[in-house]
Amino acid sequence: MRLSVQEAAFDAGAEANAFTAGLSRAGAVVTFTGRVRDNGGTLAAMEIEHYPGMTERAITAIMAEAVARWNLEDALVIHRHGRLAANDPIMMVATAAVHRAEAFAAAEFLMDYLKSRAPFWKKEIRPDGADWVAARDTDEQALRRW
Amino acid sequence: MQLTVLYFAWLRERIGLPRETVETNAATVADLVAELIARDEGHALAFADLASLRVALDQQLAGFDSPLTGVREVAFFPPMTGG
Repeated sequence: MRLSVQEAAFDAGAEANAFTAGLSRAGAVVTFTGRVRDNGGTLAAMEIEHYPGMTERAITAIMAEAVARWNLEDALVIHRHGRLAANDPIMMVATAAVHRAEAFAAAEFLMDYLKSRAPFWKKEIRPDGADWVAARDTDEQALRRW
Repeated sequence: MQLTVLYFAWLRERIGLPRETVETNAATVADLVAELIARDEGHALAFADLASLRVALDQQLAGFDSPLTGVREVAFFPPMTGG
């Protein structure tokens, strides 16, 4: 299990290869990469603030729950903070399991929890001002299926 | 007791501080909020709508009715928008 909360960019392909190289029994690997969306083409930057310390604790707890619940062979979470540009990768989740159903479910679980339970806050910077991204009710509802 | 109080995102901007040290006898988070609101207009504005805020005690999510016994770090922030 590996977690990295970092400012630097990452190479999703290289991360996926390194994650897969360490596996010996997994028949299924699921990877997800989240990127900065530019609705309307006016995004100058996205600033991501986080709560150092709590971020690592919260994500580690979520990952441990996923590993135990779906009997994962391994899991990886990378989440960036700081100033990002449109189309930059923000975060990545990888899960490995013996069979694919567990790997897919665990990846979705991790994504749903990272959205609403990991202490990150996004701010969109545009030429005409800046706005904190509001949490969506649908993100909170997504947790209820777990 | 002495508490470190942290603010994030728009809450930090409204209060104008990322953190402050508070000397208090507040029994619960709600009691602490009432004391902070009494400080100045910035705090009052920031805490105007508690339903839009979340709180963590020593880096664990908690509720506004949670006791502060033994707590050292209190963080207030809007709903999280990770992922």
